[in-house]
Amino acid sequence: MVERMITEKDVEYVAKLAKLELDEEQKKIFLEQLNDILSYFTKLNELNTENVEPTSHVLYLNNTFHEDIPEPSLSQKTVMSLTGHNKNGYFRVPKIL
Amino acid sequence: MQLNELKVVEFIEMVRKKKISVEQVINDIFLHIDRIDQKLNAYLSTNKEGALQEARKIDRMVKEGEKLPPLAGLPVAVKDIICTKGIETTCASRILQGFIPPYDATVIKKIKDAGAIIIGKTNMDEFGMGSSNENSAYQITLNPWDTNRVPGGSSGGSAVAVAADEALAALGTDTGGSVRLPASFCGVVGMKPTYGRVSRYGVIAYASSLDQVGTLTKSVSDAALMMNIICGYDEKDSTSAKIAVPDFLTSCQGNISNLKFGVPKEYFEKGLNAEVKEAVLKAIEKIADLGGKIEEVSLPNMQYALPAYYLIGMAEASSNLAKFDGIQYGLRIDENNDLEDMYKKTRTAGFGSEVIRRIMLGTYALSSGYYDAYYLKAQKVRTLIKKDFDEVFKKIDLILCPTSPIPAFKIGEKIDDPLTMYLTDAYTMPVNLAGLPGLSINCDFTKNDNLPIGLQIIGRAFEEDKILRTAYNFETHFSSSDFKKPEIQV
Repeated sequence: MVERMITEKDVEYVAKLAKLELDEEQKKIFLEQLNDILSYFTKLNELNTENVEPTSHVLYLNNTFHEDIPEPSLSQKTVMSLTGHNKNGYFRVPKIL
Repeated sequence: MQLNELKVVEFIEMVRKKKISVEQVINDIFLHIDRIDQKLNAYLSTNKEGALQEARKIDRMVKEGEKLPPLAGLPVAVKDIICTKGIETTCASRILQGFIPPYDATVIKKIKDAGAIIIGKTNMDEFGMGSSNENSAYQITLNPWDTNRVPGGSSGGSAVAVAADEALAALGTDTGGSVRLPASFCGVVGMKPTYGRVSRYGVIAYASSLDQVGTLTKSVSDAALMMNIICGYDEKDSTSAKIAVPDFLTSCQGNISNLKFGVPKEYFEKGLNAEVKEAVLKAIEKIADLGGKIEEVSLPNMQYALPAYYLIGMAEASSNLAKFDGIQYGLRIDENNDLEDMYKKTRTAGFGSEVIRRIMLGTYALSSGYYDAYYLKAQKVRTLIKKDFDEVFKKIDLILCPTSPIPAFKIGEKIDDPLTMYLTDAYTMPVNLAGLPGLSINCDFTKNDNLPIGLQIIGRAFEEDKILRTAYNFETHFSSSDFKKPEIQV
């Protein structure tokens, strides 16, 4: 595992990836806390895992298939009613370009 | 005795024998909630009118001699992370404020079909991220045994609702101990089934490979009854297991003299509170007295479970929570009519600081250049943790250990130090990494502060029956005077 912990630039970069907007105060706190937590995580380096397979899931599962039988689903009206930001059956979003 | 103090098994029998009406019980519950919940804050929202309507329906069925479903009229509290049709579901987060699901989670459909009535939605750490309930965006639930202390998290509201007789039973979810830890802190029975046993469809995901729905109840039989209803394959959840569900109430019966128990030495090392240690060792002696064969075992990689668990949990969380973008439901903050700006403002205002912390760490662990070092490494360590359990379960049937290294701690004690808070999950989260079932049952109280102490029983995958049988034997060993209730000053 890399020994390098994170800098303020990393905090800004990760926030950008995660679509978050941190103020200066938050950046300062997170920089410290994230470094603490990440250095604790480096404890895993004590273990040699060279020949160990990763586990992403504990159960032995196969893909599940079922017959393609049409069933009623939620109506467009129901789904649209979850937000006030809709028009003519479309979600309204801010301008993209 | 007030009707809200009934256990599930007693309630079901009394309704069938027409000794009580469901409406009476629901009324008693809401009277009690009105009296004490302004102090305890277990509920985020309640469903009084809906509950009374359902109650009258069941009472009519009883009167007309109709066949009753298994949980007919049972008042249940539901953690606010589980989607309930027509009832606001917020995950105790601002980002989902006002979200009213248009469908029921499978587990809700199952308990409703069984006749249960939803009393309300319980408080929790936002999205299940926390061990104290202090990470709720709305309120802090207090521990009924000492209102200066936390109830444990993240299903703290569900545990308190049951411990303080504000519901007869409750549903929670357990990603790293979120059912068992609050059960331990509040002195109730918390059952976390095997991963895949209960459908996660409609349960808002925190860490998909770890999350599992569980029950909080006043007794082991109550847990068994609830498990009978909520377990089973669901085609809507691709990780749901196609494995037969036994009658857990029947499997409680019988003695434990043919069962072998392992006590992992790593759970009794430094960091374990002396009173918790003494109480759990005493409980293990009791299980030996009941005929269980006890031996010491070792889970050598246990010290690496916590960092592996948090890395995997945070990585999955960062991915799962990417869907909260302000567009289709929930909070939207759109000040500058700019898409990117709306995403950022909505998410930053909508998520609390612990959620942001985990999204940040998870995003970092999955980002280019760090994936192998953090996420892949954690997944490999997960394999080693699982192997440790596999090895131990070749020799023994069940593991006995403390649920938590400490009893309930004070509000504010750990909230400013995330890493210290994370350590609270040290004894529960290995079970989630390995996908195993586990249960917490009260085994004693601390001497000076009178705080509950939990014994944890861990089993092989899909062997909840043996866990429940052990817990049932342990529980019946106590005399009724041992079942203390918290005294709540209003």
